[in-house]
Amino acid sequence: MAVEKMSIAKALNESLRLALDNDPKVLIMGEDVGKLGGVFRITDGLQKDFGEDRVIDTPLAESGIVGTAIGLALRGYRPIVEIQFDGFVFPAYDQIVTQLAKMHARALGKIKLPVVVRIPYGGGIGAVEHHSESPEALFAHVAGLKVVSPSNASDAYWMMQQAVQSDDPIIFFEPKRRYWDKGEVDTESIPGPLHRAVTVREGSDLTLVAYGPMVKVCLEAAAAAQEEGKSIEVLDLRSMSPIDFDAIQTSAEKTGRVVVVHEAPVFYGSGAEIAARITERCFYHLEAPVLRVGGYHVPYPPARLEDEYLPGLDRVLDAVDRSLAF
Amino acid sequence: MTVESTAAARKPRRASKRTSAAKKPQSSDPQLVQLLTPEGERVEHPDYSIDLSADELRGLYRDMVLTRRFDAEATALQRQGELGLWASLLGQEAAQIGSGRALRDDDYVFPTYREHGVAWCRGVDPTNLLGMFRGVNHGGWDPSTNNFHLYTIVIGSQTLHATGYAMGVAKDGADSAVIAYFGDGASSQGDVAESFTFSAVYNAPVVFFCQNNQWAISEPTERQTRVPLYQRAQGYGFPGVRVDGNDVLACLAVTRSALERARRGEGPTLVEAFTYRMGAHTTSDDPTKYRADDERAAWEAKDPILRLRTYLEKSGHADEAFFTELEAESETLGKRVREAVRAMPDPEPMALFEHGYADGSSLVDEERAQFAAYQASFADSAEEGK
Repeated sequence: MAVEKMSIAKALNESLRLALDNDPKVLIMGEDVGKLGGVFRITDGLQKDFGEDRVIDTPLAESGIVGTAIGLALRGYRPIVEIQFDGFVFPAYDQIVTQLAKMHARALGKIKLPVVVRIPYGGGIGAVEHHSESPEALFAHVAGLKVVSPSNASDAYWMMQQAVQSDDPIIFFEPKRRYWDKGEVDTESIPGPLHRAVTVREGSDLTLVAYGPMVKVCLEAAAAAQEEGKSIEVLDLRSMSPIDFDAIQTSAEKTGRVVVVHEAPVFYGSGAEIAARITERCFYHLEAPVLRVGGYHVPYPPARLEDEYLPGLDRVLDAVDRSLAF
Repeated sequence: MTVESTAAARKPRRASKRTSAAKKPQSSDPQLVQLLTPEGERVEHPDYSIDLSADELRGLYRDMVLTRRFDAEATALQRQGELGLWASLLGQEAAQIGSGRALRDDDYVFPTYREHGVAWCRGVDPTNLLGMFRGVNHGGWDPSTNNFHLYTIVIGSQTLHATGYAMGVAKDGADSAVIAYFGDGASSQGDVAESFTFSAVYNAPVVFFCQNNQWAISEPTERQTRVPLYQRAQGYGFPGVRVDGNDVLACLAVTRSALERARRGEGPTLVEAFTYRMGAHTTSDDPTKYRADDERAAWEAKDPILRLRTYLEKSGHADEAFFTELEAESETLGKRVREAVRAMPDPEPMALFEHGYADGSSLVDEERAQFAAYQASFADSAEEGK
């Protein structure tokens, strides 16, 4: 066992380093990823060690970053591109949705597009507009893309390895407000598959389903509920496309109550999909309707209001109470 | 209508009046590289000399004739309801065959959806191009077989793929080159601008081959640009050249030169092939609604095939037997294409769930199983009905 305690940021950095080391075809591309090491320092020191040909500072053009990564992938490379912030992925959205997602199918499977698009996402860091959004549902809705988000250092380390090795395009959402959270990473023991959900806390009264930045909030909510004698299970989805519905079903049938929590707006969000599937799969096991906690149908608010917008401990516990009251 | 909107509506009319009064490049235009005049006369250009054998000249002619025949057959098949749509290349044969024959086998092509002549030069079976227009797939061929990428419908996207691929070629230390095709309409797209930026700063071995066919559906080139398109390259730091797009020899010479420049590690070139789309944008539109008859007539006089035929005849490089044989070959091709399209089967229903993902997806697996059960339920009821 080689267990180290490290932050999510450090785990991602170590994982990217390993990916570059393991395969000469792996490239890192993006704005400021080289000398600066990325605005969050996720690529810190990589250009110094692997050179400008492997860790490539690009022009400020998101469509260009993804579009050229597609060309490089067609040539046999495995690009990992960084979109600096969530709200800036939209200039590249066309390339991701109309090209990256579809090309494998259009070639009847004869070509592969192993591209990882890293996007630091979500709020909670007091940023200006376009720096705090959670657009995961927009990508999960698109066939041909896979969408994942780690919630802890170990997953950050291993899910990045698995994403780079995947022959499918992966949208890798990094919960930016958790970058500095530390956790144990076993760098030798390979965990389960990339798209498998994980029960991060066992419980019997209700299931909280979350991913990325909200997993920590849900764990805190479960701990608080425990003090009131409620036994809450917490499921970390890890993957928003595909979703491990079997794991959700198992937990829903065990507890009979589910609350889905995410930062993105509730309306048309991933919680809607999860709630609908739970209803289809285990209607007769449910003691209460599936409830959702998330952002409102408003533009992401200015920083001084984001605590009202983002689901916190109290809003999660409120939903837990409402569910248990049925 | 507000005062502001009236003024805004008036403005473009004034602008188009100015541009239509401006001199359009003629065959004698020094900015336009030309080696074969519309009258079929060989002329020289100081930077782009070319010396082709009679055999090679006949080969180019054959390519253009067969490509036009294939295109005409596809248009007819669309009219007969065998294809849902067709994007004709009529009038652009020289631009495509000239540039396509300049390529080496190890070069890589990123086309739009109209590069049937380039596909022909790459050895792609023309019937492969028809699947997407018939609606049985969205491309379907393996791009690596002929180094000819899938057709790209979204305007200009492929110029970035070409640039990225070319960056990869340079990383590999290979001396092959990449060519990206796009039109005058695509030149307005951000992706094309970004591909110019990326290719310039990374010195990528890519040739941007813009077929300016004067019309982006119903929008004239004047609606895309206020400067000649080839001059855009200068702002990005690489050369741009305008070639007579109806002159197969000039297109070959200019593209060859640009590809060689890329192979030498000197970076990208923008080639603007000044040509004309004689047909509709696709079979869905009606060019009589947006352009004048005399415009087409003027361009018909510059027909790329006619001028090479005149030259071949005058120079004695081809005799009557050659043209007769080629006519027969054209008919055979037309028949083969017609039969192949009619024999093209619809995909099996379960093909819906194939190839979405390289590594599979549990979501697709679930939906495939549901669909299979649904399909099977019809089989059961058919059994019961017996």
